[in-house]
Amino acid sequence: MNQMMFGRRQFLKGSGALVVAFAMADGLPALAQNVAAQKSLAADAVDSYLVIERDGKVTLYAGKVDIGTGARVAYRQIVAEELDVPIDRIAMIEGDTALCPDQGGTGGSTGIVNGGMQIRQAAASARQALLVLAAKSLNAPSAELSVADGVVRARDGKSAAYGELIGAAHFDVKLDAKAPLKDPGQYKYVGQPVQRPDLPAKMTGRHTYVQDLRLPNMLHARVVRPVAIGATLADVDESSIANIPGARVVRIKDFLAVVAEREWNAVRAAKALRVRWTGGGGLPGSDRVHAAIRTAEIARNEDLIKEGDSAGTLRSSTRKFAATYEWPAQSHASMGPSCALADYKPGSLTVWSSSQGTHGLRRNIARDLSIPVEQVRVVYMDGSGSYGSNGSDDVACDAVLISRAVGRPVRVQWMREDEHGFDPKGPPQLLDLRAALDASGNIAAWETEAWLPENTPNLRSRPMLAFLAAGIPQPVGQSVAQVQGNAYPSYELPNMTATVHWLKSTPLRPSNLRAPGKPGNVFAIESFMDELAAAANRDSLEFRLAHLKDDFGAGLLKRVADKMNWKSRPSPNRGTGNVLLGRAISYVWYKHMDNRMALGLEVSVERATGKVRVTRIVAAVENGLMINPDAVKNQVEGNIMQAVSRTLWEEVAFDQSGVTSVNWASYPILTFPDAPAIEVELVGSPRDKPLGAGEAASAPVPATIANAVFDATGARIRRVPLTPARVRGALVSQRQT
Amino acid sequence: MANVTLRVNGRSQTIDADDPNMPLLYALRDNLELHGPKFGCGLGQCGACTVIVDGNAVRSCQTPVSQVQGREITTLEGLGSPEQMNKVQAAFVAEQAAQCGYCSNGMIMSATALLAKTPKPTEAQVRQALAGNLCRCGTHVRILRAVMRAANA
Repeated sequence: MNQMMFGRRQFLKGSGALVVAFAMADGLPALAQNVAAQKSLAADAVDSYLVIERDGKVTLYAGKVDIGTGARVAYRQIVAEELDVPIDRIAMIEGDTALCPDQGGTGGSTGIVNGGMQIRQAAASARQALLVLAAKSLNAPSAELSVADGVVRARDGKSAAYGELIGAAHFDVKLDAKAPLKDPGQYKYVGQPVQRPDLPAKMTGRHTYVQDLRLPNMLHARVVRPVAIGATLADVDESSIANIPGARVVRIKDFLAVVAEREWNAVRAAKALRVRWTGGGGLPGSDRVHAAIRTAEIARNEDLIKEGDSAGTLRSSTRKFAATYEWPAQSHASMGPSCALADYKPGSLTVWSSSQGTHGLRRNIARDLSIPVEQVRVVYMDGSGSYGSNGSDDVACDAVLISRAVGRPVRVQWMREDEHGFDPKGPPQLLDLRAALDASGNIAAWETEAWLPENTPNLRSRPMLAFLAAGIPQPVGQSVAQVQGNAYPSYELPNMTATVHWLKSTPLRPSNLRAPGKPGNVFAIESFMDELAAAANRDSLEFRLAHLKDDFGAGLLKRVADKMNWKSRPSPNRGTGNVLLGRAISYVWYKHMDNRMALGLEVSVERATGKVRVTRIVAAVENGLMINPDAVKNQVEGNIMQAVSRTLWEEVAFDQSGVTSVNWASYPILTFPDAPAIEVELVGSPRDKPLGAGEAASAPVPATIANAVFDATGARIRRVPLTPARVRGALVSQRQT
Repeated sequence: MANVTLRVNGRSQTIDADDPNMPLLYALRDNLELHGPKFGCGLGQCGACTVIVDGNAVRSCQTPVSQVQGREITTLEGLGSPEQMNKVQAAFVAEQAAQCGYCSNGMIMSATALLAKTPKPTEAQVRQALAGNLCRCGTHVRILRAVMRAANA
């Protein structure tokens, strides 16, 4: 499907109507510079989202992007449904700032919930406008018209196709919040597991990722990063690359790069270049990071919840418990290092990027480089999955600075050590939990005290590495998204307080990493729930149900327990032998308002090595209206699998200077031999509103694994990752006590 | 400048290589403008760059271009097209066994090489054959299903 490939060759102005012509004759996306003036971008105008051509082809312009989630097909399903056109007649362009309305960044599993519903309203509004035109054209009352496959029919048999009706005009209507929506009972496209249109090209090497894009007259570039974060560039020996054909140095203050005509020459020049850096560093190191967090400067404190009197209840209680949980810094660790291309010319800058927020990136580049924003265009192209803000915005700024310096189009791809070393990180988290049990073994009081990095007020996005190094002023601060989510249990407890100490800073530059903060917070609270259940000598499922008044949530727990053939008993299991088996079950109401879900899993633990294998996972996830149930399932499975990886293996190691876990050997992730079987049940009805697809499923995984390890071994591990060394250490110290 | 002749997807092509140690990956992507093999790590750790050389799955980021002259190199493009996919590619589509698809090249190349030698592998053998191929989106379950489907096709 060529229309997937961003192949806008030209914009033609037809007789009043905007016509988009697609062609991929030379395989290159259009380099058009002056298209913006012709295309509506207003968020409230139907023309911003939908263009219908004379031949009836529909093009959807989405501000949200599909960086591997399958949203691309879901958006088309929505339009096909509300507009009554066949899905294969709908082309789509995503995230091109010159063509697509700004629907906000893509993230937090909100693409369908927010962006998709906006598109649904645009399609419904368009259909309504088309019916008004048809009533006039067919000379029939609009109530007597019916639509199928983009053709409007009157009772007398006369008909008009959408292309004929709109052919010579813009819609010129606003999104109408009252435009009638399809009755979910009539859904034809929505709710179907339609196959993704991009996979045949991706599975055969025909898809053009941003990493694959080549521009005429382009140079390849690599950035040379400092050995210590924040170091000053003291000296560059350009003669050290004199023997590499075409290679030359680009230096802007402490920003250093090499360019070459051929990619390999840029790669080896970056490696060969002799550079002297001074200063920088000053990090606490990953071994000390949680101690450093505990004494870090606090910007402000916030009570997330304060119900009853937790402090008083704890004071007077005789069955009190406390535990500290630590979550490490983690990397987005994208499979493909970030890549971008830029073409900087006087009066026009075009950037090709897999950014999850092209409009935001455009505004920031324009602001920081003092370019009028209308002269900047960011064209979205698919990249490697990013799971939040990885290096894609940074590499775009690298490319812009280098293109400006050399006066030619430039392609920059980060190397593996750049991506692992310099992608903004999911920040480390520290949580102290306290609770009291009453005489019947129920929770009488709960307190969470969390140390989390604050979102700097009014900061649009994190500072860009290239601009920092080049001394280009930009707003300073940090941006981490809603990391405080689910910092207290999803159960109804009396006397509950959750307090966040918002920290001024965190050691490594942070950003939003999949389900920001929630896997770490739920690791703490759902682990502590099991600690309390074990202290009360109660079965962990029964203990949860006893504290859960919500019938729907309880139903999810029971469905998972049934599938696991759950037998009531307290933990731990206290098995014997070399391989110990454990199980656990947990519950979360994601963000206390989005998806409710239950997760159960089974593990085996090798006593000798400490190696944990998750052997089976069962999940029941509330998902409301699912536009494409298979795409939702893929997201849920992927989030679970990635969370298993984050729990068992992932920690960004750093010393005083910078990140030391800069490849897949030092930052390992889950591999095929260890991938668990996953059974997912999605719960929802077409009459519900859609809920976020995917990231909720990341949240309960870490605690459930730690609880299953406790069930198997009796060892309670309160720090992620549960590497073989850490688990073996816990088993050894358990035997010694 | 040295000329290197490579036989890729059944065609012989001569490229300029400044450096005989240039990894094959750069010849394929930069000189021959193929999109199948991907740069993932440059260290032979992730498998995104996998191609098939004389029937074996090989990490093109670790293979000097001078060592594969005259050998039969197959990339993802050489296995099939969107209109005519090979059975592994078709199985990946049928199972919707991808999210971002960046690792898919390595998965499909490794699986194709496996099935050429072991047409009816057990799931454990598939897991072992893909042990050096990393997937970050977490589509492992679907990829395993796709390879088993291809084996039974």
